[in-house]
Amino acid sequence: MLAFLIKRFANAIFVMLSVSFIAFMIFRFVGDPVELMLNEQATQAQRDELRTRLGLDQPFIVQFATFVTNAAKGDFGISFRNQQDVLAMISERFPATFELVLVATFISLVVGIPLGVITAIRRQTWYAETMQFVSIIGISLPSFVVGIGLILVFSVWLGWFPAFGRGETVQIGWWSTGLLTHSGRMSILLPALSLSLFQITLVMRLVRAEMLEVLRSDFIKFARARGIPARVIHFRHALRNCLMPVVTMTAMQIGGLIAFALVTETVFQWPGMGLLFIQAVTFVDVPIMAAYLCIVALIFVVLNAIVDVTYAIIDPRLRGADK
Amino acid sequence: MISRAVLTGSLLAAFVGTGVSAETLKWGAPRDIVSLDPYSYGDSYTINFLNHIYEGLVRYNRDLQIEPALATSWEIVSPTVWRFKLREGVTFHNGNAFTAEDVLASLLRVSDETSPLKGNLPAYKSATVIDDHTIEIELTGAYPLLLNDLTNIHIFDKDWLVENNAEKPTDVSAGVEGYATFNANGTGPFKVESRTPEAQTILVANEGWWDEPQHNLTRIEFQPISSAATRVAALLSGEVDFVDSAPVQDLDRLEAAENVQVLERTDLRTVMLGFNRRDTLIAGGPNPMNDLRVRQAMQMAVDMDLIHEKVMRGKSRNAGALVAPSIPGYAEELDTIVPTDPEKAKALLAEAGYPDGFEFDFVCTNESYVNEEQFCQAIASMWSRIGLSPRLDIGPTAKQTPKRANGQADVYTIGWATLPMLDTYSILIQMLHTKEGNAGVFNWGGWSYPEIDRLTDAAGVELDRDKRLAMETEALKIAKDEIVMMPLHQQPMAWAVATGFEDFPQFPDNKPRLWYVTK
Repeated sequence: MLAFLIKRFANAIFVMLSVSFIAFMIFRFVGDPVELMLNEQATQAQRDELRTRLGLDQPFIVQFATFVTNAAKGDFGISFRNQQDVLAMISERFPATFELVLVATFISLVVGIPLGVITAIRRQTWYAETMQFVSIIGISLPSFVVGIGLILVFSVWLGWFPAFGRGETVQIGWWSTGLLTHSGRMSILLPALSLSLFQITLVMRLVRAEMLEVLRSDFIKFARARGIPARVIHFRHALRNCLMPVVTMTAMQIGGLIAFALVTETVFQWPGMGLLFIQAVTFVDVPIMAAYLCIVALIFVVLNAIVDVTYAIIDPRLRGADK
Repeated sequence: MISRAVLTGSLLAAFVGTGVSAETLKWGAPRDIVSLDPYSYGDSYTINFLNHIYEGLVRYNRDLQIEPALATSWEIVSPTVWRFKLREGVTFHNGNAFTAEDVLASLLRVSDETSPLKGNLPAYKSATVIDDHTIEIELTGAYPLLLNDLTNIHIFDKDWLVENNAEKPTDVSAGVEGYATFNANGTGPFKVESRTPEAQTILVANEGWWDEPQHNLTRIEFQPISSAATRVAALLSGEVDFVDSAPVQDLDRLEAAENVQVLERTDLRTVMLGFNRRDTLIAGGPNPMNDLRVRQAMQMAVDMDLIHEKVMRGKSRNAGALVAPSIPGYAEELDTIVPTDPEKAKALLAEAGYPDGFEFDFVCTNESYVNEEQFCQAIASMWSRIGLSPRLDIGPTAKQTPKRANGQADVYTIGWATLPMLDTYSILIQMLHTKEGNAGVFNWGGWSYPEIDRLTDAAGVELDRDKRLAMETEALKIAKDEIVMMPLHQQPMAWAVATGFEDFPQFPDNKPRLWYVTK
């Protein structure tokens, strides 16, 4: 087990280094921050001097080494554009993104699981078929279209929910939450809904497939033979056996949602990490881009490691398996 | 750290005595300001927003003419020394009195080695405090445009800078945050109540402002909404009541809405094309564009009326000159449009020895200017019509700018509004001048016209305004005859405001100055 853990940790370090290296490679092609940092009246000498001070004239490998040694100390520097501490900026926006992902996940489970069950047990009915069809549309609509559509209907036409922003927030220590105020709860609904749409269909289809699988198994047949009511069979026996893969998938998807939130945040001006990143790209704000990619990669790596280790604890056969 | 005020929506009860009702303006902006520190980043959008909080020695009035602000009068003592009389009885938002020491501290801060705004005060050498309300500024040479530059140099409170260890500008390369990034203390008509970056910045009226307010706003809620569609939706749903960047394609819809009025005009920004003028093209091979006939052919081939009609939806203003009509140095006789004539263009190309045209790189961005992607495509196809083979290269600004700046473009787009100087000298020294020393930073094609250089250098030290403008106009004429740059149009700009504002002046430099707004 210890050997497995060490291997897993080394693997995580390797992934992090690769991600930061690739990210750094990409930055070289994003553009030149100096051109954007100085305005029209700056002279060539001032441009060159700023480049030197930022270390952008150093060879690539030197810049990368500097970045990694600083990042290992938790120092990502300050933003080229906002002149604020990068880590502070990201940690300040993390709660917004996390709450959005949390609410979206909640919506996807609350809506997706019942839909999955219904489409499984009422397989041949017209409404189950319709739901199947609609879910395909849900999967294939780009989230910015969904977002704009929701804004059009619920903000402009009906005026029920705000079109942008996070509403009023309450500070609890370093965490800011919008879930405790009315305007915050109203604000989170549309973005969370648009983010969860893809997730709802995923949960629904997973539950449906698992349900069909379980309903064919022997113990359900025996339960039916014993005359247990259908409702009890479906919800107590069958559904419980379906939930394990759903929980695993949901945990694995959280990283994906954090990454996906980028588009939703842009549409709804949700002040989260994704919005910060998109704006950093526009201004070639290298410190922010680098830190964001590393932190998102870290979230992925940690989530995956947790899932792997949990599985390894449950199933010893996996420990020796080579990755 | 940033203090996040919980918005209660309740207003300060400071207006009881004045009998003014609480007037809030909710501003939906295309982007956030970068910082509360006006010397943090060479970004005119931020500098203009901060002008509601901070002020310069002089400012632009409603007609964009320079008028006294924190300075009441000035005189030129010698060609290189200007003496400013400062306004008495002005206090900062924290109650400190405004004196010459504050001006000196601000000038030192903005001209510091590490200041990104150093370029905004190019001729500055030093300053001397004469007494509490008199200061002398010494320049590196005779320089007529000091006042123009000073409109954008906001004045800090020295004591406040010293107390908070912010006397030097924040240096990004040092990697340490600065106090002025998160806090503000100016003399302006509004003061900062709270700021949450990327979400909301709230200003409230400064009761102790030295000037007679022309506005009746008590509160400004500034909220960036980067997605254009969302911004328009927020305006239609009444969540914001002012948008300073309304997309051209949405204007008709906004016009049709009952609760919105659209303010439109053309911008000071003239969009133009520049040419590679080195000996070879980017892809190698001799450069045909050094032949004036080729440039004339390229200009004749482009049908600006069609672009105005179809691409810009009739909202642009076709330009013959390189600066907009309201810029000092503009002359009407230079603002003539070259008639479109593809046949004559073909003949000129043949005459220059390129009957079958030639291939070249045409670099555009997809976002810098209004509908840029579309007009670049239109121009490229118009050139193809006369036998040229442009390779159109479109990408984001951040990616395209280095290409252009490093001479990796044969033809490129650039827009110039002469900001923050508001004078023709800006485009002459920055773009048309030969690239040498501090001049010609935006001379991306590598051309050199000694006569333009001579006129520009002479204008740069000429203190007589009429003489100076005559030289600038003359230099513009050479640029026009030689097609150094090919002007396209002044791009449209549009604001949209909710109904219910009595006065909402719109400025051609596209900067909202809300201290003129009455609701």
